[in-house]
Amino acid sequence: MKQILVLLAVLAWFSEPAAAQKKATPKAKPTAKAAAPAASLAAGKALYAQSCLSCHQADGGGVDRMNAPLTQTTWVLGDKTRLVKVMLNGMQGVEVDGEKYANVMPAFDYLTDQQLADVLTYVRNSFGNKASALSGAEVKAVRATNKK
Amino acid sequence: MKSNLTRYLLASAALVGSVSLFALKAEDKVVPDADNAGLKLPAGFGALVAAETGGRARHITVTPQGLIYVKLNRPNAAGKGILMLRSTANGKAEVAGGLGNYGGTGIYSTQDYLYASSDQDVYRYKLNSKGEVANPAQPEKIITGLIDRGQHESKSITLDKAGNIYVNIGAYANACQVNDRQKRSKGRPNCPILDSAGGIWQFRADKLNQGYAAGTRYATGLRNVVGLDWNTQANQLFVMQHGRDQLSDNWPELFTTKQSAELPAECLYALNKGDNAGWPYIYYAPLQRKKMLAPEYGGDGKKVADGNYLEPAAAYPAHTAPNALLFYTGTMFPEKYRNGAFIAFHGSWNRAPEPQKGYYVVFQPFKDGKPFGEYEVFADNFAGSPEKAAAGRPDHKPCGLAQGTDGSLYVTDDKKGTVYRIVYAKK
Repeated sequence: MKQILVLLAVLAWFSEPAAAQKKATPKAKPTAKAAAPAASLAAGKALYAQSCLSCHQADGGGVDRMNAPLTQTTWVLGDKTRLVKVMLNGMQGVEVDGEKYANVMPAFDYLTDQQLADVLTYVRNSFGNKASALSGAEVKAVRATNKK
Repeated sequence: MKSNLTRYLLASAALVGSVSLFALKAEDKVVPDADNAGLKLPAGFGALVAAETGGRARHITVTPQGLIYVKLNRPNAAGKGILMLRSTANGKAEVAGGLGNYGGTGIYSTQDYLYASSDQDVYRYKLNSKGEVANPAQPEKIITGLIDRGQHESKSITLDKAGNIYVNIGAYANACQVNDRQKRSKGRPNCPILDSAGGIWQFRADKLNQGYAAGTRYATGLRNVVGLDWNTQANQLFVMQHGRDQLSDNWPELFTTKQSAELPAECLYALNKGDNAGWPYIYYAPLQRKKMLAPEYGGDGKKVADGNYLEPAAAYPAHTAPNALLFYTGTMFPEKYRNGAFIAFHGSWNRAPEPQKGYYVVFQPFKDGKPFGEYEVFADNFAGSPEKAAAGRPDHKPCGLAQGTDGSLYVTDDKKGTVYRIVYAKK
């Protein structure tokens, strides 16, 4: 509960300058730094606890040489398409920031587009991460072109 | 009170050691650190940081001449995957050389040879009369082409007294599912992984270029063994298995996260040729003391497994990752430790969201070559604090064990590369 309140406070703080900026410069990309919707974050948090936490840990830091960290890595903060594909296809044997991680990450393709959007939005805005939200539509588009 | 007194005495010894002990040969005097290197130990024991290697120190061995060799998980900045350490003063040691351009885990020494493994091969190096590697650039490759698919890749090694070398080949999967670690994915029938992994293979220690065909699958049904040692009293190989992960993640309707944190036990097995410990078909439930049918193969958390699978010799808390096993044959420690087993538990991750556990060295008493009585945590607090242990964010992770020529116990740490030395303060 406390964390949700903090999140809401953070969201309120971010939404104000974003709104002001929108009025002043209408050409600015509106989604680049858009705050993540609270509902998506809350749903994502629950999904994280269910599906991700046992490997990536409560603090998102992963496990040395076993499970990759989700903190401050381009895999999480960078290209959304690549990130969605990790969820759809799983991952193994890929180096993350110069480090090998031994365990297999299974595919989470059984989650819905909205569930994947929620959990990725949560991960991109937790553990010290700050990156744009994902929508169900974005995930759907990646899934449509995803080659297994 | 007694331990406070001991600590005071040890601290005093550390302070005055350099002044009052000039008369002794420097390498003979072992001075524990004032804080016992941050470890919690039984009364009468002390510890020091023998060396900082700066590498991911996996297994360790001490030659009969007292040289220390440490295997690094990956080569250090100088490109060396094996470090050689020499004694300096007050029980400490320093890195005095390096060899081998490959990372790995296994290392073992005899009077004449140093053995070391990458994640695919095993090498040996001839030692000279001082225990030094004579030709570091020209190892003999004795075993080659072992399977390495990233997961459970460590090829730990030990030797018996009859010229055989035993190599762990870990299963490249959690539970031999159709899709590894995938929720509700079934087990593959007649698990094909077991043909080339998931067991201990036996080879000759003195033959070159032995592939699978030249070796013997000595024991199977072992998911991953990192700690193994030959027990000379029983004349038998003992191994510590890393038990399977993710019962609740993959089968949430059958196991709660709490049950999943405590299942299955990490098991010690006494092996005979031809034994089958049952992975992936079974897991061991410590409370019931039963071998249970794995959910991937029709189990439901209640069905006991059929089949002629090996009974564990002892069981320890789940997911705590036993990375080293050492039978203590020294005389420095009190009588009760002689011929018993030290086990280094690297520490858990798969107990989350429950608190993590491990990051300690356990002592398992033995009698006549068999576990006898309950284990005890011998050296604790490698993590740095109970909070760091619970969070799975330890400062150090114990990974390797070796006995020094004087009976000291060496412990390596593959997180920061510390080499610990534990001694008994004789009265």
